[in-house]
Amino acid sequence: MTPPTSGMTRRHFLRVSAITGGGLLIAAHLDTSGLVALSDPGPLGSTAELNVFIRIGPDGSVTIQAKNPEIGQGVKTMLPMLIAEELDVNWEQVTVEQASFDPAAFQGQFAGGSNATPQNWLPMRQVGAAGRAMLVAAAARSWGVSAETCRTEAGVVHHDPSDRALPYGDLAGQAASMPAPELDEVPLKDPADFRIIGTTVKGVDNHAIVTGLPQYGIDFTLPGMLYAHFQKCPVFGGRVVDANLDEIRAMPGVRYAFVVEGGEALNGLLDGVAIVAESWWQARTARNALQVTWDEGDTASQSSDGFREASRELFGQPAERELRGDGDVEGALASAAAVVEADYEYPFLAHAPLEPQNCTAHFRNGHLEIWAPTQTPQNGANLVASTLELDPDDITIHLFRVGGGFGRRLSNDYMVEAARIAVEIEEPVKLLWTREDDMRHDFYRPAGFHRMRGGVDSEGRLTSWHNHFVSFGSDGRFASSAGVSPNEFPAGFVPNFRLESSLIPFGIPTGALRAPGSNGLAFVYQCFVDELAETAGADPLQFRLDMLAHEGEDPGQDPVRARRVLERVAEVSGWHDQGLPAGTGKGVAFHFSHRGYFAEVVQVTVSRAGDLRIDRVWAVGDVGSQIINPGFAEHQSQGGVLEGLSQALAQEITIQEGRAVQGNFHNFPLLRIQEAPPVEVHFVTTDHPPTGLGEPPLPPAIPALCNAIHAATGHRIRSLPISKHDLSWG
Amino acid sequence: MPIRFRVNGRETTVDVQPNTPLLWVLRDVLDLKGTKFGCGIAQCGACTVHLNGSPARSCATPVASVEDGEVLTIEGLSPDGTHPLQEAWKELDVPQCGYCQAGQIMSAAALLQENPRPTDADIDAAMAGNLCRCGTYLRIRRAIHQASGTTAADVEDVEEAR
Repeated sequence: MTPPTSGMTRRHFLRVSAITGGGLLIAAHLDTSGLVALSDPGPLGSTAELNVFIRIGPDGSVTIQAKNPEIGQGVKTMLPMLIAEELDVNWEQVTVEQASFDPAAFQGQFAGGSNATPQNWLPMRQVGAAGRAMLVAAAARSWGVSAETCRTEAGVVHHDPSDRALPYGDLAGQAASMPAPELDEVPLKDPADFRIIGTTVKGVDNHAIVTGLPQYGIDFTLPGMLYAHFQKCPVFGGRVVDANLDEIRAMPGVRYAFVVEGGEALNGLLDGVAIVAESWWQARTARNALQVTWDEGDTASQSSDGFREASRELFGQPAERELRGDGDVEGALASAAAVVEADYEYPFLAHAPLEPQNCTAHFRNGHLEIWAPTQTPQNGANLVASTLELDPDDITIHLFRVGGGFGRRLSNDYMVEAARIAVEIEEPVKLLWTREDDMRHDFYRPAGFHRMRGGVDSEGRLTSWHNHFVSFGSDGRFASSAGVSPNEFPAGFVPNFRLESSLIPFGIPTGALRAPGSNGLAFVYQCFVDELAETAGADPLQFRLDMLAHEGEDPGQDPVRARRVLERVAEVSGWHDQGLPAGTGKGVAFHFSHRGYFAEVVQVTVSRAGDLRIDRVWAVGDVGSQIINPGFAEHQSQGGVLEGLSQALAQEITIQEGRAVQGNFHNFPLLRIQEAPPVEVHFVTTDHPPTGLGEPPLPPAIPALCNAIHAATGHRIRSLPISKHDLSWG
Repeated sequence: MPIRFRVNGRETTVDVQPNTPLLWVLRDVLDLKGTKFGCGIAQCGACTVHLNGSPARSCATPVASVEDGEVLTIEGLSPDGTHPLQEAWKELDVPQCGYCQAGQIMSAAALLQENPRPTDADIDAAMAGNLCRCGTYLRIRRAIHQASGTTAADVEDVEEAR
């Protein structure tokens, strides 16, 4: 390898070049993803392993490529804000382009886990600052002054002693010949001088969205494109035995109908029947006549009811595994002043992003081109390459703004289906699922069962905590997204603590749903804490503060930050105000996940007949020292809270005979506008690096709602959804 | 069988199966991609258009039933994207993923035609058929109020509380 000559450390480097007409192109490799270990950054002469592109035109325009998929989390706006701030340009000069998936050029093209902010906060600013430093150096050289005597403002370099100024556009060509600074050493702005970060910047695609311009995967077309449906077995992993293909092929508009043989992995290509027609509706109509004989396999005997029975059996036996044990739980329970025991459970959930799964693909001359809404293009490329035995170099993936992710598009099953069909027919084709396909072939948030025991002493302190968690998996391994961290609160905050698990083997595909793990665990833990507080005769919020005052070993979170958001939510919600009318109550909960701390209070009013209205939500978050885009941060937090309420109120995927019962929004209801309460969002800033907001606001909303229902009615909600409970009182 | 109707003021003739939903004619025959597919059974409102001036779910509207009718889609709501609702949506940064928003705006536009100064309750009633999976409802309410020059009840509450 030829070592690069400038601006390079082993992990990061910049490459700068002039572009035709006098502009500047800055390409940076930043090993920010943490997803790919990088042993050698490679030669500068290639474009390998670069992952930020900034183009400054001679007219002063700044174009920043947004590398991460935009799924509604605001990243397409947020990451360029970081660069533009340190480059020191006006946001109005900036244009943002969505980059295609290009593993040769970008790394960490990924959306999920609230990761974009913590991974990019520092390096994106460093890239912008390095660009600014080169523009200043170019100006200083042309004026024959030292760079230290120059300053920048809004895309212009100034030399105040000689009252000279040059806009970036005039300097861009010369800057390309300046040495690139070391990214780790380039000076960054004092946050007090931020002019973009910390201001509300509106979504870069808003105009396109409100005028209906095509920009989602579903909107993409190719000349001569055909439309495909793919019918899989309603039972997960079932096999095709036979299908009436001749009849289907004779139907209007149908060009191809064929059986696809899939594999065993539920997150890969599964058996099914492809129908390809000249229009999507023709393929849909033909599908109505499709008759398939399936070999449904063993999963056909599985059901939600059966899983619940299995959990009861496992609760009656010693747990299979201890995940954490502190102190002496049995001894503490035996000597406790009061013991609370309760069983909690939550159901499977679908993601149901509003844009149904789709993928356009074209295979010709041995090359496969794919246009897909995905959160994980690298995984998609790997899946397609391995399934269809293609060289990854023969696969190109184009990305789009995504009509909702929520974790569903971490899986690329629809991509491999479209690829398989495209390879078969060698014509451009769009696969588009129906809503029922999406809801019945999801990677569900796994259900979970918890047998909880807790003890408080005579002074009302929580002394012991025991959870036997019955989840899904086999051979001692949790199924995808069905696990629990041994550090999950209150681990480390209760002297006698035991977390155990037992597993139910199953054949249902599961995966991450926004705030994975936390969206179920926060419900159980924060509702059970409420029960313990009641038993202790304590105020539920104060009880939590008291728990956080007793830090033990190896705590999973920072109690100072957790206490701060709880104290603040008590203030903003008027928690200690007295005199709520009968049938009205407030509930509180807090949760730490994905590096963020949120405490929330929900107020509800329940009629004597049991009609529930959510009056208001107060949410307080701590995601570090800086809220990058305050308007969107509020909006994203409100969305997370409303999603939590939506899940809790009425959502459930029921498994019967190995298949999902619910198929569309009439029986898997999303929150509607008339059910959406005002959500007040507040942030406390703390001296920690900024972190993301995609996930942390969601989990506390669910237990805070359930605890509010208890405060209003006396009913404890120990299973979700709430719609299955009779809330009448009095 | 050719079916004639007007889309965004232009005369159109399509030749498709008469039971084809209007949605797929708009998207795949006329290449108007702003109207979105979400559920196929008139549950989510992403496909909302105006049919003869009233909001309609195009996914559940057979194209034969719009013969001689007048269809307005998001692309035709204003010539340059400056309908007061579109302006309010941009100003208040309503979209998250954005997928449902064309349908939301079309429902809201129909509401404002009927009721230029809606209350929160009017808005909730008119918008109840439009799902937003991201949960942008609070800003949708505010944006409709802003476009109509009215004030949301919850904004009044919050400002009073402060």
